[in-house]
Amino acid sequence: MFAGLSRNDWFLFLAFTAVILLMPIILQPIGAAYPALMQKMCIFGLFAIGFNILFGLTGYLSFGHAAFVGVGSYAAVWSFKLLTMNIVPALMLAVFFTAIFALVIGYVSLRRSGIYFSILTLAFAQMSYNLAYSVLTPLTNGETGLQLSLNDPRVIDRLFDGAGPGLPRVNFFDLYISGGGYAGFYTCALALIAGFFISIRIFRSPFGMMLRAIKSNQNRMRYTGFNTRPYLLAAFVISGVYAGLAGGLMAATDPLAGAERMQWTASGEVVLMTILGGVGTLVGPVIGAAVIKYFENIFSSFGDATLHDVFGFLPDAIEDPLVAFLSLFVGDGWHLTLGVVFMLIVIFLPGGIMEGLRRIWNLFNRRRPGDREATPAAQPQPAE
Amino acid sequence: MPSNAVLHVADVHKSFGGLRALSDIDLQVMEGTTHAIIGPNGAGKSTLLNVCIGRLAPDTGAVVFDGEVITGKQPYEINQMGIVRVFQTPEIFPDLTLLQNVMVPAFAKHDGAFKLNPMQAMAKRTEIIDDAMHCLNDVGLAHQKDAVAASLSRGDKRRLELAMGLVQNPRLLLLDEPTAGMSRHDTNSTIDLLKKFKGRGMTKVIIEHDMHVVFSLADRVTVLAQGRIIADGPPDQVRGNPKVQEAYLGGTH
Amino acid sequence: MDAILLQILNGLDKGGAYALIALGLTLVFGTLGVVNFAHGALFMLGAFCAVTFNKLLNLESVVIDPEQTTAWGSPLEVRTPYVEAWLGDFGAVLNDYSVPASIVLAIPVMLLVGIAMERGLIRYFYKRPHADQILVTFGLAIVIQEIIKHFFGANPIPQPAPDAFAGTAYVGEIFGLGQTLAYPWWRIVYLLFSLAVIGAVFAFLQFTTYGMVVRAGMHDRQTVGFLGIDIQRRFTVVFGLAAVVAGLAGVMYTPILPPDYHMGMEFLVLSFVVVVVGGMGSLGGAVAAGFLLGILQSFASMNEVKAIIPGIDQIIIYLVAVVILLTLPRGLLGRRGVMED
Repeated sequence: MFAGLSRNDWFLFLAFTAVILLMPIILQPIGAAYPALMQKMCIFGLFAIGFNILFGLTGYLSFGHAAFVGVGSYAAVWSFKLLTMNIVPALMLAVFFTAIFALVIGYVSLRRSGIYFSILTLAFAQMSYNLAYSVLTPLTNGETGLQLSLNDPRVIDRLFDGAGPGLPRVNFFDLYISGGGYAGFYTCALALIAGFFISIRIFRSPFGMMLRAIKSNQNRMRYTGFNTRPYLLAAFVISGVYAGLAGGLMAATDPLAGAERMQWTASGEVVLMTILGGVGTLVGPVIGAAVIKYFENIFSSFGDATLHDVFGFLPDAIEDPLVAFLSLFVGDGWHLTLGVVFMLIVIFLPGGIMEGLRRIWNLFNRRRPGDREATPAAQPQPAE
Repeated sequence: MPSNAVLHVADVHKSFGGLRALSDIDLQVMEGTTHAIIGPNGAGKSTLLNVCIGRLAPDTGAVVFDGEVITGKQPYEINQMGIVRVFQTPEIFPDLTLLQNVMVPAFAKHDGAFKLNPMQAMAKRTEIIDDAMHCLNDVGLAHQKDAVAASLSRGDKRRLELAMGLVQNPRLLLLDEPTAGMSRHDTNSTIDLLKKFKGRGMTKVIIEHDMHVVFSLADRVTVLAQGRIIADGPPDQVRGNPKVQEAYLGGTH
Repeated sequence: MDAILLQILNGLDKGGAYALIALGLTLVFGTLGVVNFAHGALFMLGAFCAVTFNKLLNLESVVIDPEQTTAWGSPLEVRTPYVEAWLGDFGAVLNDYSVPASIVLAIPVMLLVGIAMERGLIRYFYKRPHADQILVTFGLAIVIQEIIKHFFGANPIPQPAPDAFAGTAYVGEIFGLGQTLAYPWWRIVYLLFSLAVIGAVFAFLQFTTYGMVVRAGMHDRQTVGFLGIDIQRRFTVVFGLAAVVAGLAGVMYTPILPPDYHMGMEFLVLSFVVVVVGGMGSLGGAVAAGFLLGILQSFASMNEVKAIIPGIDQIIIYLVAVVILLTLPRGLLGRRGVMED
């Protein structure tokens, strides 16, 4: 199964793997090298890769992907509660249930395209969210969120050894995943690397080419002899499974699940990550997710006091208004920053960070700007 | 009537609102022939073609391909049966490269209407790449195989469109004014190309204005005027038909 | 019978809000071809116009009166809102009627906001794909609501209805149906208000050249350019109008739902559903679907209904939208060819 990647793709994949595994060293200088943050970057990177398989390849903009994260989380926590604290069955169940869920939602939503599709997915996500808060409370524990408790059955765990004292931790046999250690980070990192590998394969497969052709001219696809709906549905389910796996990992690193994960603004967040990084590129979504999670971490921890420290050297007459203005954007105002950055990206750099890098690259290589439309990262090399 | 008719348009009527676009159309296209449909503007040629590929449903009558009624089938099903249309206005995949543009229909031919192969390596599908390159070569675009299709000139897009049709090696190829907007030189090479495919048993229906193209290629010519067939026969016979000359020159409308 | 009437009434005021928001949404859609995800934020801004106006009216002068003392013996602080000090009784009345009175503030503010949005952002997106429009306006919605959150906090701010309308109307008695049919006065006011605004919008479109632009634009956006009138300016006004309508819907809704910074998002999703159910680009459809969905939702909230299908009140609107989209792709009153891609 390792055959079939071109040399460039192998290089990309190995470089990606190296960067992810070495994150604890690479992120040291910018103060982000702690497991809790890095695993979040990996989880959201995985989520964004999956979202990009749908949006980047087919152009179908889903506003309901957070629902899959929620389903994955709930499935994983139930697995912890009922079966075992081992992560493997939890992730398998998360994938299984999101796949079914995505199949149903996709089957219905994909009967329409364009804005109608977006609104249908949005409607489904809102329905799931509302139901999770109301009638499904026995399954979701409503506002409190689904948590572990001491008297959970955990039938498989109890078969092997009795209940220990205190709440058990999520594990991979002898390795503890939850609780913010490096094991949690490396679990998420491996999932991300695997997800990235599959994503490269999909991008380079005939299937990926068909999806891109659908995005380019769906009507022509029909007259070319393709039944486009199953292609779209497959892409939708694959992308939903990525989201479900991300949800499962969220639950594995921090074993609780709440309905707010399904809110449509959470769907908006993954759209944002994908756009920021670069829609339709391989690594863009991961970069977008990492950047957003990093700055979220920094910005939301900033307060007025920190700003006063930073700008303390300025005269008060300048410092105070400056700090007052900047304080809009930090702390609780982090979402404002996010909104502004997002707008700027959509307006001025629709290709995201990857396009920005490419422009800079072209600048230095003195190539004509005309060929920036081509996306080197997204071009198959069939003849190699 | 010989029994080897590939396509039989049987007694088709079609009107839009009160306007009769097609009436009493009964037409047989013989296996392996090149059948031209000509007629002045507004004669109903495009409507007829759209009926043949399932884009429009006839009000009455039916279109039978190879013994099977295709009326009411999905466009992709009709394509999979072996009917391929080359569009008049280029309907390509603008964001894909030329090679990919031709590979996509080749996949439809090889893998059918849907195949789930998300983990298959493209490089293993050498037969597809070979077919696509071959067709690109036939239309003279092989040297630009990695260019993005949107960047092509209009004439080149037409040639790409042709390659996308030919790569499926269809049983019936419907060509909608394949040389419109081409230079004389390109027109001649297109004629040569289409002649080359004649030997391979591909049946072709051509809608064309350019009489030079029609009489170079066609084995049989059907003339439409105001939604009706006014003449049908071998090219020489049709050329001498006074009704045809009247429709083209007399201008009763 | 009474119960059913009551549910219809209950649905109508919410339906009025849906209809007003959806009206602007579909107006912008049909005429300008823009999918505006920031439209809910305009509704929210309207509501905060009412909050601001109320705050302004309640700016107080504090005078320490040494003659009077509190129960603890310290001098009494006498707080008088400036309006009452300056305008006397009229000031007090004004304060009481602060919500409806804030319309005076909301109309120019919303008009300015709408025009600024169209001139500053939206017009650059006329030719961009719908996905880009959704994304950029989604970003704008986040920005607007975060700014509001910064200045007004995250908690809902209740706004009182004028005293005269604060009570309950025994609607049943008016129609001779008995005491049980009771309904808050303000909701009746809201319903009448929304009908009036809807009527005004339709009249505006009927009797001015803007209406022609809108109708032509909804019919075929390519040809509007050939009408020989300044399309750009009229597009701006149409957008401003949509903003004002959304804002007014927000102003008057404050006594029913205390406004908070993310109320816009909630209403946006619902209004989109309303637009889709009514038919993209159909003004009448938006209004009809707004009221229809409002009523359906209030029926679904009845205990009798919830007993049969638990949770139906939470999803009824979305469920209807899904069913409508799948069975009537163009919505209830949509025309062929609008936003089909």
